[in-house]
Amino acid sequence: MNAPVKPSNLIKGATGEWEMVIGLEVHAQVTSNAKLFSGASTAFGGEPNSHVSLVDAAMPGMLPVINEECVRQAVRTGLGLNARINLRSVFDRKNYFYPDLPQGYQISQYKSPIVGEGEVVVDLADGASITVGIERLHLEQDAGKSLHDQHADMSAIDLNRSGVALMEIVSKPDMRSSEQARAYVTKLRTILRYLGTCDGDMEKGSLRADVNVSVRRPGEPFGTRCEIKNVNSIRFIGQAIEHEARRQIGILEDGGSIDQETRLFDPDKGETRAMRSKEEAHDYRYFPDPDLLPLEFSQDFVEALKADLPELPDQKKTRFIGDFGLTPYDAAVLVGEHESANFYEAVLAGLANARRDGKLAANWVINELFGRLNKESRSIAESPVSASQLAAIVDLIGEGTISGKIAKDLFEIVWTEGGDPRALVEARGMKQVTDMGAIEKAVDDIVAANPDKAAQVRDKPQMIGWFVGQVMKASGGKANPQAVNDLLKTKLGL
Amino acid sequence: MTDLTSLTLAEARDGLATKSFTAIELTDAHLAAIERARVLNAYVQETPERARAMAREADARIAAGAGGPLNGIPLGVKDLFATEGTRTTACSQILDDFKPPYESTVTSRLWRDGAVMLGKLNNDEFAMGSSNETSHFGPVLNPWRRQGSDAKLVPGGSSGGSASAVAAGLCLGATATDTGGSIRQPAAFTGTVGIKPTYGRCSRWGIVAFASSLDQAGPIARTVRDTAILLRSMAGHDPKDTTSVDRDVPDYEAAVGKSVKGMKIGLPREYRLEGMPAEIERLWTQGAEWLKAAGAELVEVSLPHTKYALPAYYIVAPAEASSNLARYDGVRYGARAEGRNIVEMYENTRAKGFGAEVRRRIMIGTYVLSAGYYDAYYLRAQKVRTLIKKDFEDCYAAGVDAILTPATPTAAFGIGEKAGSDPIEMYLNDVFTVTANMAGLPGIAVPAGRDAHGLPLGLQLIGRPFDEETLLSLGEIVEQAAGHFTPEVWW
Repeated sequence: MNAPVKPSNLIKGATGEWEMVIGLEVHAQVTSNAKLFSGASTAFGGEPNSHVSLVDAAMPGMLPVINEECVRQAVRTGLGLNARINLRSVFDRKNYFYPDLPQGYQISQYKSPIVGEGEVVVDLADGASITVGIERLHLEQDAGKSLHDQHADMSAIDLNRSGVALMEIVSKPDMRSSEQARAYVTKLRTILRYLGTCDGDMEKGSLRADVNVSVRRPGEPFGTRCEIKNVNSIRFIGQAIEHEARRQIGILEDGGSIDQETRLFDPDKGETRAMRSKEEAHDYRYFPDPDLLPLEFSQDFVEALKADLPELPDQKKTRFIGDFGLTPYDAAVLVGEHESANFYEAVLAGLANARRDGKLAANWVINELFGRLNKESRSIAESPVSASQLAAIVDLIGEGTISGKIAKDLFEIVWTEGGDPRALVEARGMKQVTDMGAIEKAVDDIVAANPDKAAQVRDKPQMIGWFVGQVMKASGGKANPQAVNDLLKTKLGL
Repeated sequence: MTDLTSLTLAEARDGLATKSFTAIELTDAHLAAIERARVLNAYVQETPERARAMAREADARIAAGAGGPLNGIPLGVKDLFATEGTRTTACSQILDDFKPPYESTVTSRLWRDGAVMLGKLNNDEFAMGSSNETSHFGPVLNPWRRQGSDAKLVPGGSSGGSASAVAAGLCLGATATDTGGSIRQPAAFTGTVGIKPTYGRCSRWGIVAFASSLDQAGPIARTVRDTAILLRSMAGHDPKDTTSVDRDVPDYEAAVGKSVKGMKIGLPREYRLEGMPAEIERLWTQGAEWLKAAGAELVEVSLPHTKYALPAYYIVAPAEASSNLARYDGVRYGARAEGRNIVEMYENTRAKGFGAEVRRRIMIGTYVLSAGYYDAYYLRAQKVRTLIKKDFEDCYAAGVDAILTPATPTAAFGIGEKAGSDPIEMYLNDVFTVTANMAGLPGIAVPAGRDAHGLPLGLQLIGRPFDEETLLSLGEIVEQAAGHFTPEVWW
C-alpha cells in the first residue's frame, strides 16, 4: 500500500530521508473461562501446573474439543474490527519441538482463518487519523512456560497457559511511524476491552505483539523486513521500532543490505538483537489437524453476535460529540479507556438534565476527577467520588445552586469526607446567593468604600474584576458571579 | 463341563444367563488358558486380579437379576487403549510403564456393559506394522501352523495380539484398532472375524493415536454374531471426540441372520491383482457364489483409483503419525534418555524409545509435510483420497449394497519372512484393506477358506457409511457356508 508520504514521518539519515513501514501481529488472549480445546481454567496466577487438563498435557489418546465461547469471542472481535467473518475455517497443526509445547505442535489456523480482512481507524495526537488494514485474525493455542530459575541444571515447565486461546490479529503494513504503531495497538486494545474479548492486560501477557519493521526511500517498494518477537508493552513497541529502523538505515547507508530475520527486543538496553535468520527458520510442516473437523457456523450465528455487540469507541465518540457537544479531544479522552467512558456514562445517567449539562459533566470528569486521580495515582475504580456524587455536583452547578468555584470546594469535601453533595450544600450554607437585594447591598458597600478605584475603573474597565472579586469575597463566594458583574456595570456606569 | 474357552461370546452370554456357569468360572478358565499359552506372546500384561474382581461383580449383578449386555464376558484389550491404572504402552519402549489416569471411551463402554478385562494385548509398536513383529514386547505367534510344519507364523498386525488371543481361546473377544487394515488383516490370518466400523462410529478418545483421520476401533471375535454384540457396546457418540458421529447405535446382533435376498454385491475388477495366488482367486469366487446362493445379485464394479490407495495411504498415515508422535518427547511421561541439553535429550529419547519401523514412518511423514514437498505428496495424497471416496460413492449410488474382495493377498507368513527386507513388501499386505480407511467406510473380514497348507484365508466386505448391519448380514452368510476355524492346540 502506498499512501501519500507524510513528511513529518520521515527519518533523516546521513544520505537522505527514509520512511518506516510497520506491520504488527498482535497476540491477544481470549477472555474465556476455559481453554481453547479443553475445560481447564484460564485463571492467571495459579500454582504451576494447577490448571492443566489431560488434553493440555498431551497425554496419549487425548483429543481437542473446540470451546464455543472462544469462537464467539473471535467472531465478536472480527465484527469489532469491521472484518469479514469466515463461516468456514480450518485448524492446522504447526509442528515444532519445545518443552513447553506438550503436543509437539500448536493448533492454529494457517490457510483458512476464522476472520478475514478488516480495518481500524486510529486517532493520532495531532488530531489526524489513519486507517490500518487488518489482514486476518485467527485462533490458536498459547504455549506453556519454561522456568529456568528453579533448579541448578534443569528447567521446569508450567503448563497453566498451555492451550489458552489466543487471537492473532495481523495488520497490513500500513503504519509509517512508531507513534502510529503505538496508537494502533492502543486503539486495538481499547476495542478488545470494549468487546470484552481480551482484557488487554499487557503486564500479565494478555496482549503481546510481534513487530515487523522495514525501511525504504519515500515512494520506493517495501524493503526487507525484520520481525521483532514478543514485545510486551506499548512503550517498548515504540522503542523497538525506533531502534530497529535506525539500525536498518545505518546498515543501508553503509552500503549493506538487510537480512530477513527474527529479532528480540531488549528493554534494558533499548535495542533489538538477532534471534534467528531466515535460513534457521523452523519448517513448521503445517497441515490440517485431523482431530478437528473444519469450524463451520451459520450467518445467523454471526448476526446474533452482531446484534449483541456493545457500542464501540468510535460510535461512542461520535455520540458524545453529537449529543452533548463535547470537543473531539475530550470525547477521545473519555472513550479511550472503557472504564472512563463507563464512568462518564454513569455520570450522564445521574444528571437531571444531561443534554444541558453533558459537556459540563465531561469537563468535571476529565479535569477535576481524572486530574485528581492521576495526581494520586489512583484508578477509576478507586475513586472516592462516585459517578452519582459527581452528577449531583454538576447538577448543582447546572441549576445555578452553586458556582463553579464553590463546586470545587464541594468536590474537595466529597473527595475527602464523602456525603451527599446536595445535603452538604444545604448543611454548610454553600448555596449561591441569588437574592438581588443582598447582592446589591454588597455591591453598594464595596463601591462606597472604594471611591478612588470606582473613579479609575471608568478609564480602565477591566478593573471591574477587582470589584467582582471583592463582592464575591464579601458573600463568601456564594453570590452569583454573573449577577454581581451585571450589577457592578450598572452601578459603576460602565 | 465343556471347555469354557471354546464357547462363542454369544454362547457364554447365554450360559451365564441360564446359570450354567458363573462369571468367575468363565474368567478363571480364560486366565488358565492365557497362562498355558504364554508362548504365543499375545498378552503383554495379564490382569488376573482385576479380571477376577470384575467377574465377581458380574456374578453379583447376575444374582441381583441385573447386568448389561456383556455381563461377565472376559475380553482382551489391545495395548493401544488407555486403561486406567493399568500399564498402557502401545507396545513401545518410549511409553515405558505409563499408567494412564483415565480409561478410553471404548473400553469404558465395555466395562459399563459388564465385560471383564483379562489383560492387555500385544500389537505392532504404535499400530505400525502388518505382522506384529515391530512390538517392543516381541512378536506374537499365530496359533495356526502350516500342516505338517512347526514354523512360526505371524498373526498379522497391528492387532496381532488381539487376533491371536481370540483364535487361541484366550478371550471371548478383543478390542482392536484399524488404520490401514489392522483389524481385518490379522483376523484373516487367524481365522477370526474382525470388523472395522465406519470412521466416527467409535470414539477415538483414549486410544493412542497413530493416524487420526484413519484410526478406528473395532472388535475381533470368533463369530460374526460375537463381533456384532461387541460393536454395539463399543460404538456411539462421544462429545470428547469431535470426529465421532452422533447417530443411534443399532442392535447389530439383529442384523445377523437377516436375509440378504436382492442385495447387490459389487466385485471390483481393480482388486484382481496381477500375480494374485490362484487360491485367493478361488476363495473370492467361492464367496461370491455363496452370496449369490443366498439370493444376492453379483455385479462387476470399478473402483478406478484403487491402485493409488496404498501409496497415498503411506503418505497420509505417516504424515499424521509424525505429528501425533511428537508428544513422546521424554518431558512429561514415559521413558527419557538424558542429554546435555534439551535437543540432545529429545534425540536420545526418541532414538532409543522408538523402534525402526516407527522411526521410518516418522521420517517419511516429516518429509512429506516439509516445505516444498507438501503439495507434491501430502496434498496430492489427500486429493487421491477424495477420488477413492468418490469411487465408492459412485458404486453405492448405482445401487451396490456392499463390495466383496479378498481380505489379504496371502495367508499368514512366517516370522521374520518379511521383516527386515524391503518394507514395501510388508506394506503390500494392506493392499485390499487401506481403501476402506481412506474412504472412512466399514469393512469386515470373515474367514472363508484355507490355503494349500491349511491356513485360514479371509474375505472382506466393504459397506456404505454406517451400514455395518449389511456387512454383518452378508458376513454371516459366508460364515455359515465356510464353517468355523479353530487351530489345533500345540502350545
